[in-house]
Amino acid sequence: MSVLGAVFDLNHPAHVVHWHFIELSVANIVVIALMLAVFAAAIILPFPGAARRRRSES
Amino acid sequence: MSIAPSPKTSWTTRTRESAVDALPPEKLLPDSQPSYVASWIYVFGVASIAALIVIIGSGVILSLKGPAWWHYTGVGHFINSIHLWAVELFFFVMVVHLWGKYWMAAWRGGRTRVWITGAVTFLVAVPTALTGYVSQQNFDAQWISTQAKDGLNSVGVGAFFNVTNFGQMYSYHVLLLPAAVVALVIAHVLLVRRHGVVPPFALGTARDSARVSPAVERTPALSGVDGPSPASSGAPS
Repeated sequence: MSVLGAVFDLNHPAHVVHWHFIELSVANIVVIALMLAVFAAAIILPFPGAARRRRSES
Repeated sequence: MSIAPSPKTSWTTRTRESAVDALPPEKLLPDSQPSYVASWIYVFGVASIAALIVIIGSGVILSLKGPAWWHYTGVGHFINSIHLWAVELFFFVMVVHLWGKYWMAAWRGGRTRVWITGAVTFLVAVPTALTGYVSQQNFDAQWISTQAKDGLNSVGVGAFFNVTNFGQMYSYHVLLLPAAVVALVIAHVLLVRRHGVVPPFALGTARDSARVSPAVERTPALSGVDGPSPASSGAPS
């Protein structure tokens, strides 16, 4: 924990992004960005063995 | 002295026959899935279930030891952290699963109940997590409960669902809401088994896609072999 604590200083109020009526903490924005990245990767990246299964089917 | 009812009038017979008709064993536990399921976007449903199993396992240990145990033992803190991060992972993968199914229009081909049970599971999981946050027995729980009570009072449910009442919230968190989530997940999985995994949209123009027969979208995903995709089964594409 002390190593993580040295990397991420949490001893301060949360950083917040404010845009009109939308108010999001930076931590939540990071999680949303990660979910979008994982969603895009799941669509783009090939699944192991998928091409072989399609070939055997055709 | 007892008189045995005839097989056709027995409720156990009727229940068994209707259950087997709805979900024969080869559909309930299939040998394989269609080739279009070989995509990363299809793994997030089972990832949600895996996270839910970890949540329930760690939650059972926490409930056996009591709600304050994790405050004064290292092992308790460790189990509590597993519980917390499994919840974070559960929502993470469930949201990606939801996005994937939304953009696939996974309610096609008679799968309306599959979609609804999944969506309701997500909605019930939110208060399940909230009641856990307010059961932590620390300043975080106090802050969250006093903020949440204003929101709940503003919609008129504060008298029935009092987030500052620890006993009520703890009961909701360890029994009522998890039971609802698990029941919904079981119903969701059984419905997926019954209707099969939704096939992808057929490639082609929008007009061609609109002409795809609903029968094609009811692709029998569980035929015992790698079932034909709509494209290879002669469906319009």
